[in-house]
Amino acid sequence: MTRRKLSNTIGIGCMGMMLIVTTAFLVIFLMRIFYKGFSVLNWDFISQPPKDAMTTGGIYPAMVGTFWLTTLAILFALPLGLLTAIYLNSYGRPVWLMRIIRISINTLAGIPSIIYGLFGMAVFVNLLRMDISMLAGALTLAVLVLPIIINASEEALRSVPEDFRDASLALGATERQTILRILIPTALPNILTGVVLSIGRVAGETAPIMFTAATFYTRLLPKSAFDEVMALPYHIYALMTEGTNADKQVPIAYGTALILLILVLTISALAIFIRYRIRKKRKW
Amino acid sequence: MNSYKEKFFKSITYIASLFTIVFLFGIIFSIIREGLPLFRIVSIKEFLFSTQWYPTHDEAEFGILTLIVGSVYVTLGALSIAIPLGLGSAIFISEIAGHRLREIAKPVIELLAGIPSVVYGLFGMAFLAPLVRQWFGLDTGLNIFTTSIILGVMIVPIIASMSEDAISTVPKNLREASLALGATKWETITRIVVPAAKSGIVGSILLGFGRAIGETMLVLMVAGGSAHIPRSIFQSARPMTSTIAAEMGETVVGDLHYRSLFAIAVVLFIITCVSNLVSELVFLKRVKR
Repeated sequence: MTRRKLSNTIGIGCMGMMLIVTTAFLVIFLMRIFYKGFSVLNWDFISQPPKDAMTTGGIYPAMVGTFWLTTLAILFALPLGLLTAIYLNSYGRPVWLMRIIRISINTLAGIPSIIYGLFGMAVFVNLLRMDISMLAGALTLAVLVLPIIINASEEALRSVPEDFRDASLALGATERQTILRILIPTALPNILTGVVLSIGRVAGETAPIMFTAATFYTRLLPKSAFDEVMALPYHIYALMTEGTNADKQVPIAYGTALILLILVLTISALAIFIRYRIRKKRKW
Repeated sequence: MNSYKEKFFKSITYIASLFTIVFLFGIIFSIIREGLPLFRIVSIKEFLFSTQWYPTHDEAEFGILTLIVGSVYVTLGALSIAIPLGLGSAIFISEIAGHRLREIAKPVIELLAGIPSVVYGLFGMAFLAPLVRQWFGLDTGLNIFTTSIILGVMIVPIIASMSEDAISTVPKNLREASLALGATKWETITRIVVPAAKSGIVGSILLGFGRAIGETMLVLMVAGGSAHIPRSIFQSARPMTSTIAAEMGETVVGDLHYRSLFAIAVVLFIITCVSNLVSELVFLKRVKR
């Protein structure tokens, strides 16, 4: 009896330890980034371009680059993703085609991001002759984020009660009217939350833009979608692996990581918070 | 008029959904098209089973066994960290901790899953690797050991959240029956709850595997990158993903080196595809309602 009690205590203690170890590691990780990052953070850091071969100056062009890459990617992927989700949710015929589409989405979602990078390079950069450009990078990221947006939108549409659809159809509304005036407006907050969460994912991706959009250093801001851009995640990588002055580059890399982390975590936290509020308020 | 609009809208959604198939086949087709011509010069057997990776030598050799082994070591290392941490945390959160902790843990896990891997890479390179080098008196801290730790922690959120989902779908009356028969909490967990959630848990581990073996930036920065078969976990490795990322910049479009990197991508694609499909179709089917 006591042996069973003992093993119960030990077992539960071990599970708790696992949670504590994970949490401790992540706390150290986040504190390290925040602590080191804050020491280089100032106004110039976020408003100036890099100077003296990356050893001083700021990261403004990388912030602008990440902003545009992310915005364009979402703009490309959102309409496609939402329409696909509507198809899957409301039409869904023929069944065999649906099945193929679902398998495609699942497969796309599991492909490593470096393969998206190769795809973007082979198709957008070389085949369609976009060269290394913001457009090629944004399109690559759009393909990468598409399955995430589809899944989020479909889940949002699924959360609308069947009664709503039935009531609308019973009142004589057509399928299309029901989708556009009932389903979408009802699911909209949840769809937006999913989209916002995917923004965080896109902003932090490095491998897909390495060969399609990103450049280590440019003083100039992108003038059009056909220019190369700097981007925050790629900038961190470049600072850590290129250049010769590690002592000065590592602190800048921490600063860049902090900005990226704040960006991603704030956006995601906002989305999660909004979703929480929606769920609490919802009356059905 | 109205039925015309109906049809028009329906066809738009229909066409949009076909894009997913187009993209998937576009990806498969483009990596195969760019990679396949390599095998006119290098035999598939040599490519997969030779350990000689010297793509830029005059007598270039394209054997990727070293790179596959590198990927496998790093991934297994990461899983051996992530499985106990992720599963343990999931069990604690759903079976032992109260409602409050669970309410907090879920969104926090979701947040953590969104941290860019390049930031983990920075942490590994600038903080953990020097520590590991010091502790173990090594030449370099950029090795399989360091990579496994960070990659492992990175995939904990995936394993934890998916297996937590699986555990929470186990019916409550199974637990109650077990406790009523006099089993302790720990016995209920190990003999009732975990076996009942087994398929979801295995599915989550497979997903973590797919994610780890496909991870690029972190291994590129932390694994060290020397292309030889590692003899201990304190040696560096050159996984497939980091080989592609590190060497693509040196190639000329269409040359053999370029083709060989795409051929590596095909191998990587097959591995991740199989593990994800098995995970989705076999193990996670029942968890998702």
